[in-house]
Amino acid sequence: MTDADLERLYEAMAETLGTLPRTDHALYLAKLALALAETLDDTPQALAVIAECRQGLLPEGAPA
Amino acid sequence: MRPAGRGELDSLYFTYPHFPAPVRTPGPETRRPVVIAGAGPVGMTAALTLAQYGIRSLLLDRKDTFNDGSRAICISRSSYYILERLGALQPFLDKALGWTRGRSFYRGRQILEFDMPDSADEKFRPMYNLQQQYIEAFLWQAVTANPLIETRWQSEVTGISEEPQGVTLTVSDPGGSYALPAQWVLAADGARSAIRQMRGLRLQGENYEGRYVIADVQMAHDYPTIRRALFDPVSRPGGTVLIHRQPDNIWRIDYQLRDDESAEEATREENVRAAVAAVLAEIGQDSPWQLEWWSVYSANTLALEDYRDGRVIFVGDSAHIVPIFGVRGLNNGLADAQNIGWKLAFVLTGQAGEALIDSYTPERRGATLDVFANAGKSTRFMTPPDAGWRLMRDAALSLALTRSSAGRLANPRQMTPYTYAASPATASDDPAFSDGPIPGALMPDVALETGFLSDRMGPGFTLLRFGAGAAACDDPALTLVDLPADGPVGRAYGARPGTAYLIRPDLHIAGRWHQADATTLCQTLNRLLARTEETTA
Ligand SMILES: Cc1cc2nc3c(=O)[nH]c(=O)nc-3n(C[C@H](O)[C@H](O)[C@H](O)COP(=O)(O)OP(=O)(O)OC[C@H]3O[C@@H](n4cnc5c(N)ncnc54)[C@H](O)[C@@H]3O)c2cc1C
Repeated sequence: MTDADLERLYEAMAETLGTLPRTDHALYLAKLALALAETLDDTPQALAVIAECRQGLLPEGAPA
Repeated sequence: MRPAGRGELDSLYFTYPHFPAPVRTPGPETRRPVVIAGAGPVGMTAALTLAQYGIRSLLLDRKDTFNDGSRAICISRSSYYILERLGALQPFLDKALGWTRGRSFYRGRQILEFDMPDSADEKFRPMYNLQQQYIEAFLWQAVTANPLIETRWQSEVTGISEEPQGVTLTVSDPGGSYALPAQWVLAADGARSAIRQMRGLRLQGENYEGRYVIADVQMAHDYPTIRRALFDPVSRPGGTVLIHRQPDNIWRIDYQLRDDESAEEATREENVRAAVAAVLAEIGQDSPWQLEWWSVYSANTLALEDYRDGRVIFVGDSAHIVPIFGVRGLNNGLADAQNIGWKLAFVLTGQAGEALIDSYTPERRGATLDVFANAGKSTRFMTPPDAGWRLMRDAALSLALTRSSAGRLANPRQMTPYTYAASPATASDDPAFSDGPIPGALMPDVALETGFLSDRMGPGFTLLRFGAGAAACDDPALTLVDLPADGPVGRAYGARPGTAYLIRPDLHIAGRWHQADATTLCQTLNRLLARTEETTA
């Protein structure tokens, strides 16, 4: 995927969030992640991405 | 602003000069070819460019010293070429801090390191940090050494009228008011341009949300010249902080204000001190620091519809106000000054027709609009406008820990010089080329056995001819440079024997021909310079 394509997706997601109430942002993003994971149709890869995205969200030094 | 007890010009490291009022000989003033209103960095650069081509100018400034405070601190590579061509570069090279690298941090953790494009073919680094008062002082050194430039400080333009032969300014100085006629006036009188108002012109565009306090502190701080961007830092949750190193142990801390913080409150000394102390604690600065200067800055995208109004031409901040993140304010102003400088000089010396001046607005306003197009994106990244943009921005930053692709979303927009592709002073491209730089682009530099390609450029136009026996054109404005088609320049320029590139005085490519012939070359040069029968040499 080109950088421009990635940027387009990034912007589309940001703009869609802007049309939703803030309280629904987590719900929307979880729904989006689930739909994209199914569309990917590659369970091991989806599981790897699920683990990857956890990185950096825990305090430094916390068990991974 | 400065700490209590210190005056506006009371700097910890810089001594502001005091310029006396001019001593004028009584009687009417003669009509000057060019009067420049405003001796800021842009006005001085315009005067130096004109002088390079033998054109006299008179610089006016209402102040009696340089601008207060360090303001614009990032000078781009392209500006270094401008300064070099003016013969003013050496003190900049000696003093400024060159840099290529940026680091981004998200919630205190480094998530990204990026390098701006640089290579052995580049004569200058992508960026140099130097306080604006040094920029002005070094330009001033060159101005005072130049016999073609007269400067009058403490001289304010208070009126303007136009007549068929030009423009007459009303100038007020401590000795009184007088009329000053000119053929052309360059309005380099800054963001609040009085001339713009007197001409009834308005800047158009948008004021973005997102205000920054810019504060300079002096301290011994051990960190290389790397631009640091702190997103959502512990010291300012939800905000963005930028940190830049400058010469003389001065560090620039830019921090974003929250929507609920008033600029007035935020710029009170104790609040600036507290905010700066929190940021410094976060970056591990535990030795003492001194507050030097601070100010507040917002992200506007405003420009004049037309930079030319008859015989009055707007350059620099009088013509455009751009957001701080792209570091374009000063750099674009210097490019404006060089652009109008050579064009006006060519017209005044009869080497070009007056219509050449009309290429100034499309080229330089085009460069500003290009900044605006990117400004939306970088502003959304630096200061997200709503919760959705913030969430996505934070997601990209966090994902950058594991994916370089996401890091590129966080990369500040590259400060690539604007390409003047659609300009009357640029020829259309020759479709026979499959690579090499296109007409309108700033010429790429190439390292030669000794020195660089740019060292070989003439003062006016330059024709790069590849291979033996390539066509030329007998024109006093033209310098010929012969190069092998199979050498490093030939390769970078997609050349073969017979190829020619025509380079403008501002080092932008005017045109290129895969197989050049003399007639086309000469005709193109005449057309780009808007020469009529009287001006054709
Ligand atoms: C507080 C502040 C902070 C800034 N911070 C940054 C930054 O961090 N990064 C960045 O890139 N840019 C910054 N800028 C913008 C940058 O300083 C400008 O882009 C740059 O100075 C433009 O140069 P100039 O010569 O066009 O205008 P100026 O530097 O404003 O010069 C205009 C000159 O015209 C003179 N003048 C005005 N009116 C008259 C008159 N009627 N008659 C005679 N003379 C007159 C003034 O005295 C002044 O010397 C900042 C600007 C300000 C004000």
